[in-house]
Amino acid sequence: MEGNTAWVLASAALVLFMTPGLAFFYGGMVRSKNVLGMLMQNFFSMGLVSVLWALFVFSLAFGGEGRFIGDFGFVGLKTLGNIKTVIPSYKGDYALVVPALAFCAFQLMFAIITPALITGAIADRMKFRAWVVFLGAWLMVVYAPVAHWVFAPAGWLFKMGALDFAGGTVVHINAGIAALAVILVLGKRRGWPHETMPPHALPLTLLGTGMLWFGWFGFNAGSALAANGLAAQAFLNTNNAAAAAMLGWLVVERLKGGHATTLGAASGAVAGLVAITPCAGYVGGISPIIIGFVAGGVCFLAIQLKFRFGYDDALDVIGVHLVGGIVGSLMVGLFAEEAVNPLGADGLFFGGGVELLGYQAVAVLATIVWSGVISFVLAKVISATIGLRCDDDEENAGLDLSQHAETAYSFGELGSMGRTG
Amino acid sequence: MKLITAIIKPFKLDEAKEALRGLGVAGMTVSEVQGFGRQRGHTEVYRGTEYTVDFVPKVRVEVLVDDGEVDRVAGAIVSAARTDKIGDGKVWVTPVEQIIRIRTGEMGPDAI
Repeated sequence: MEGNTAWVLASAALVLFMTPGLAFFYGGMVRSKNVLGMLMQNFFSMGLVSVLWALFVFSLAFGGEGRFIGDFGFVGLKTLGNIKTVIPSYKGDYALVVPALAFCAFQLMFAIITPALITGAIADRMKFRAWVVFLGAWLMVVYAPVAHWVFAPAGWLFKMGALDFAGGTVVHINAGIAALAVILVLGKRRGWPHETMPPHALPLTLLGTGMLWFGWFGFNAGSALAANGLAAQAFLNTNNAAAAAMLGWLVVERLKGGHATTLGAASGAVAGLVAITPCAGYVGGISPIIIGFVAGGVCFLAIQLKFRFGYDDALDVIGVHLVGGIVGSLMVGLFAEEAVNPLGADGLFFGGGVELLGYQAVAVLATIVWSGVISFVLAKVISATIGLRCDDDEENAGLDLSQHAETAYSFGELGSMGRTG
Repeated sequence: MKLITAIIKPFKLDEAKEALRGLGVAGMTVSEVQGFGRQRGHTEVYRGTEYTVDFVPKVRVEVLVDDGEVDRVAGAIVSAARTDKIGDGKVWVTPVEQIIRIRTGEMGPDAI
């Protein structure tokens, strides 16, 4: 128990570290007048989600034994500190071998980063207060139920037999389709796509990628919820999929007549990490390399779709997370091996039938429909009440100044500031 | 009195500066600027999307000289900054009505 607890707590810290990583991954890609706005949307998630999680959202996601949603049994985390407390739906084969509190802390970090993924699509044009409201509401009505369906052994998708080791559906498809729903309400950035909006600091993006890759070991290997061989398998799968996806992305990028770019290397690695997430504890051998390589190539092609369909997915959340999440979730149905994880199943390529692939498709569709529809409604309601989008002056000035009254980079002494209050 | 303004490639600034020092030029002002001439810009690629960058970084050098120095100074900049490739920049000369050294109040050629 002690070793398992140590690993899960360390993993929780690793997963928390991914959110600043994501902030810098995205922050480097926006224009310099919007970098603080981007960092803030991500960092703020650590604040708001942590508090809501402790108050009642953990309970809503993981309490009780309902098929569709948790209950309020763990509101305020009461009784969770009692060493004898067990989370009701985790029993039998699925009994936790770590304290309920360690599980609660680990799952919190997933709840923080999942809505933060959406910020890449809405970049440069959403009011901060609209993000605050959307973030809190989305956590309650989208994240909590989907996490319950897929992760909790009582959830209907879990019971059906769909496999999602660390969040291909709950995290990546969930956030990716929500991103699409919100930008359909939010509209394009002023000037997109004819105006140039190149990344302002790719070194920040690569730094963020390194933090994400590092933190992802906690995300996937921690999802074994124990310090054991399965965690080691998930650890290595995670690394190898990221590596292969970087190669896959760069190969396609180069073949399409371009250069091998640093942003391509970073994006490819993240696409591989996304795709291996649902597979991490169910596949082995060279499967993660195949999964990663395919995901890298497919996601590179997917990010071109926004120009064809005219939606402004600013930093490619849909191309990387929605598409990468779908690729990974379906790959489980092909590459899963019971020999790797007896609680898993055999996929199509390992002696199983198409049954698992079918379950995976149902989980993908269910997540897309629920998250897509509810996120769209939330964005519409916010748009009609407090407003979703910055006005033109605010957008031209940039989020840093218009939403937060700050400047990211102050160079030189000209125009130095005097106090007014 | 004349103002010599030169737009040159940034990596040629040191050579131009040393050439002017060699001629005994008393001072100069430099600034980082962007623009385009016949060289035009370049193309950058982010996630498969090409962007054209129209303005190329250059350095602007400004030197005040007395009338008799113009050809020597301008010539020194031209030969120091030349690479024979497109985008080497331009030098132009404009008349200056008055020059005043702020510290002493000296005027005209004495203030150069």
